[in-house]
Amino acid sequence: MLELRGITAGYDPRDPVVRDVSLTIGDGEAVGLLGPSGCGKSTLARVAALLHRPDAGSVVIDGEPARGWRHRAPREQRTAFGVVFQQPRQSADPRLRLRDLIAEPLRATGRRAEADTRVGELAPVVGLSAELLARRPHEVSDGQLQRACVARALVARPRWLICDEMTAMLDASTTAALVGVVEAYRRESGAGLLAVGHDAVLLERWCDRTVRWEPLTRPFTVSRGLRPRTPGPQTPDGLNTVPVIRVTQ
Amino acid sequence: MGSRTRALRVSAGVMAAVVLAVLVVPLAVPLDEQAVDLGAKLLPPGAAHPFGTDEVGRDLLLRCVYGLRVSLLVGVVAALVATVVGTAAGALAGAFGGWPDRLLMRLVDLFSAVPHLLLGIFVVALFRPGIWPVVASVAVTHWLSTARVVRAEVLSLRSRPYIDAAVSGGASRWRVTVRHLLPAVLPQAGLAAVLMVPHAIWHESALSFLGLGLPTHRASLGNMVNSARGSLLAGDWWPTLFPGLFIIVPTLALAGLAGAWRARLNPRHRSELTL
Repeated sequence: MLELRGITAGYDPRDPVVRDVSLTIGDGEAVGLLGPSGCGKSTLARVAALLHRPDAGSVVIDGEPARGWRHRAPREQRTAFGVVFQQPRQSADPRLRLRDLIAEPLRATGRRAEADTRVGELAPVVGLSAELLARRPHEVSDGQLQRACVARALVARPRWLICDEMTAMLDASTTAALVGVVEAYRRESGAGLLAVGHDAVLLERWCDRTVRWEPLTRPFTVSRGLRPRTPGPQTPDGLNTVPVIRVTQ
Repeated sequence: MGSRTRALRVSAGVMAAVVLAVLVVPLAVPLDEQAVDLGAKLLPPGAAHPFGTDEVGRDLLLRCVYGLRVSLLVGVVAALVATVVGTAAGALAGAFGGWPDRLLMRLVDLFSAVPHLLLGIFVVALFRPGIWPVVASVAVTHWLSTARVVRAEVLSLRSRPYIDAAVSGGASRWRVTVRHLLPAVLPQAGLAAVLMVPHAIWHESALSFLGLGLPTHRASLGNMVNSARGSLLAGDWWPTLFPGLFIIVPTLALAGLAGAWRARLNPRHRSELTL
């Protein structure tokens, strides 16, 4: 079970993006987190993956509280998560060939010996040919690069997957293929999933349960020139989702 | 051909000639650059001595080439040492943050607070005159700007999602630094090294001019300008002009090459490292 308890997080302690949010994902469960752009759902995903230290609250992974964030988190807690980000260009080291990009988590954790076989297994699964594996990020398309990023997230066999707008930059067929890859991995491994996005149709089909991040939950500050948050075109109204997130001011 | 291309070609041509001269002349011309001929002292430029002779009759062309050889050696080695030290300090400070960052950056401030020629003079004064104290003196005073630039670059890279991905993949701080951050700053650091070579050459000349660099009998451009001061007052211009040109022309050519590299590396980014 992955529990986020009373998370308050952001980039300015006086004006947190996420306020007192709790969310629980059961073993093997897929939870979709829906919300408009800028509402803080990506920040919450980064907190869940132990990549961003919250101002308050705790993350409990399989009954064990997170003991730190980023490098301060013990390696076995950090690597319990496979993370896929929205923009493959930004999340791939431009100097690594796709083969090395995918193998990097194994090499970084001293499991160098497994790297070649594991990359060999995953490449056909995500649809990357041997020729593509030898290329660098600038020589492949966004879709091909995101396939490599998904393979990188799966290579060390994480117990939890965090997909932050994984398919926002992709066409329909690549989206379908990558969701299929993630689901196949979950069936085989029993991993849980937190999928963040604003595509309600996709997340409702993909996940066991979706959680709607209510708009207009944050007071806007005039001093920063922000306009009040209203439901934008990304958040079609009237979808039958259960608001499980508790947001208190 | 645009003016930029022309400038690049001229710079490249001058540098090629300079490198060829300092490598080939000492091998091809069996003359001693330290040979004194008092019968031929202060001859103006002519057929036998294209650059003339100095106040003890030594051939100036030969001495200029030998001087440039020393200057280039000092410049390149000092720039390399300074860049390696600066890159290491900047990368450690930027990647680790916290107290290593504070310690290293206060050290940078401390070194920057002292005028660097003064600090350079202090360092050479600790040793017997020679090439290596000059190299050390230039390196000690020139790693600071590289450290700052590399740290700033690392800080901006550190928040990229691919670093998040590496952290999530279990990479240690050290691995993140060596595998992802350092390779990303190497082009900038290399550029900083090339831009530093002319600066290092000027420093070597300045120290030698002040009589603190190489021993006076060794041909060094700074030494030559220094010892030519007396003859310049008497109206003999060539012992000052030619070593001076040998300092200015190659350093301008190097700066031209580095500028072209910088424009290519990042057309929209003006580096903090300027001459």
